[in-house]
Amino acid sequence: MNLPMVAALRSRLEALGSTFTSAIWRLGFASRFLGYLVIHSGTALRRFRLTVAEIYFAGVLSLIIILVSGLFVGMVLALQGYDTLQRFGASESLGVLVALSLVRELGPVVAGLLFASRAGSAITAEIGLMKATEQISAMEMMAVDPIARVVAPRFWGGVLSMPLLAALFSAMGVFGGYLVGVQLIGVDAGAFWSQMQAAVDVRQDILNGVIKSVVFGIAVTWISVFEGYDAVPTAEGVSRATTRTVVTSSLAILALDFVLTALMFTGGNAR
Amino acid sequence: MQQSPIVEIDRISFGYDAARPVLREVSVSIPRGSVVGIMGQSGCGKTTLLRIIAAAYLPSAGTATVLGRATSGLERDDLYAMRRKMGMLFQFGALFTDLSVYENVAFPLREHARLPEDMLRDLVMMKLQAVGLRGAADLMPTELSGGMARRVALARSIALDPQLILYDEPFTGLDPISFGVIVRLIRSLNDSLGATSVIVTHDVQEALGVVDYVYFMAAGRVIAQGRPDEVRKSSEPFVDQFVNGRPDGPVPFHYPAPDYGADLELAAA
Repeated sequence: MNLPMVAALRSRLEALGSTFTSAIWRLGFASRFLGYLVIHSGTALRRFRLTVAEIYFAGVLSLIIILVSGLFVGMVLALQGYDTLQRFGASESLGVLVALSLVRELGPVVAGLLFASRAGSAITAEIGLMKATEQISAMEMMAVDPIARVVAPRFWGGVLSMPLLAALFSAMGVFGGYLVGVQLIGVDAGAFWSQMQAAVDVRQDILNGVIKSVVFGIAVTWISVFEGYDAVPTAEGVSRATTRTVVTSSLAILALDFVLTALMFTGGNAR
Repeated sequence: MQQSPIVEIDRISFGYDAARPVLREVSVSIPRGSVVGIMGQSGCGKTTLLRIIAAAYLPSAGTATVLGRATSGLERDDLYAMRRKMGMLFQFGALFTDLSVYENVAFPLREHARLPEDMLRDLVMMKLQAVGLRGAADLMPTELSGGMARRVALARSIALDPQLILYDEPFTGLDPISFGVIVRLIRSLNDSLGATSVIVTHDVQEALGVVDYVYFMAAGRVIAQGRPDEVRKSSEPFVDQFVNGRPDGPVPFHYPAPDYGADLELAAA
C-alpha cells in the first residue's frame, strides 16, 4: 500500500476517533454540569418564586401549542382508529385505542417533542444570550452563582412542567377522540367511556406514561440548559446551540422512549 | 506606616493556550484609594489582566494578591466573599434585560442582604441618585441609551459599597456628554466611597485626566508606567506612539505571522 493512502486512512481514523472521544468528553462534562446543578438547587427550591416564574415561562406559555396539538392528535387517532376497528366490528373499542395510544405513547412523546421545540429552544436561547451579553459573567462578578440563580430554576421549572403538559396533552387528545368518535361518527358514548375505563390501568398505563414524561422532562431540560450554558457566546454560537437543543432532545426522547417501552410493556405482557 | 496595596500583581504570566501567551511577567501594584489606568492597544492583554484581578482567570505563573488574598487556590466560598468587596463595570453594562433599572440595582442587595423592602428601596434610590438616574428607576434596559445603561450598571456595581471597582472599557461608544459624565462619576464615586478603581481603556487622553497612575501595556507586557504628567512628557517611543496614535513604531503594524513569502508559497514557484 502506498504511503499517501496510509496517511489519508490514518487521518480519517484519527478524525473519527476524535469525534467519538469529544462526544464522550462532552457527555461527561454535561453529567458533571447536571450534578453541580442538582447540588446547587437550594436557591431554586428555597426561593420557589424563581422556579414558579420558570414554570410560567416553560409550562404556561407552552399550553396553547400543547392543547391544540393534543386535540388534533386525538381527533386524527379517532378517525384512523375507527376506520381500522370497524373492519373487525370493534368500533366501540375506539375509546380504549385512543386513550391507550395517548397515555402510553403519544402523550409523553409528542408533548416532549413540542416541549423541546417551544420551551427547550427558548431556554437555550435565553441562557446563551445572557452569556453572550456578559450577564452571566456580571452575575459571577457579583458573587452570585449563575448555575444556582439562573440555570437551576429553569431546570426545575421545565422538569415540573413537562409531566403536567403531557397529562394535559393526553386529556385533550381523549376529548378530541370523543368529539370525532362519539359526536361526529356516532360511536356509542357509553361504550366509548366504559370500555376506556375498564381497559386503562392506573399502574400499567397511566403511571408508566407519567414516568416517561418525567424522564423526557429531565432529558429535554437538561439538554436545554446545558446547551445554553455551553453555547459559544456569539450570535452564531447561540443559533447553533438552539438547533442542537431541538435535534438532541428529539433524538433523546425517541431513544429513551424505546428503552422505557421495552422495559415497561414487554416484560410483563410478553406471552 | 504605609498601607499595603489593594492589588499586587507579581510577575504573572497567562495564556488561553500554551502556544500563545497573553500576559508575560506582568507586575502591577495598585495602592488603596487611587484610580489607576491600564492602557494599551486592542489585544495587548489589558482586559485579561483585569480578569486576573477579578479572579475570573488564574495566572499560570506568578501571584496575584487582591484584597489581601492570593487568587490562586481560593475555594468557591472564599472567591465569592472576595468578590462581594468588588464591583465590576462591563464594557456594555451587562444589565439583566428581564429586570427594570430598579431591580437591576437591587439585584446584588437582594442576593446578599436580607433587607426590609423600604430600606432596600432607599438604598437603590441613593445609588441611582449618585449616577443621576433616580427618575429612570422604572424603565427597562432596552429603553435606555448606551450612556444611561452604563450609568445604571455603575450604580449596580457600587450597590454593595465595594472596596475595589474594576472598569472594563467604560468609555467605549459613548457620546461626548455621556463620556464626561462617566469620567466625572468614576472619580467622584471613588473618592466618596473611599474605594480604589482600576480602569482598562484605550481612550488615552480622556483617561489621563482622571487617573492617578497609569500602566501602558503592549504584547502582554507592561512597557511603561507613571503619573499622568510624567506620561505626557515621556520621550519613551511606545508612549509617544500610543499617545499620538502613530500606526507603526515599537508596536508593530503586523501581528506575528510566518514569513509572508513562504505563506504565499512564493519560494516554491
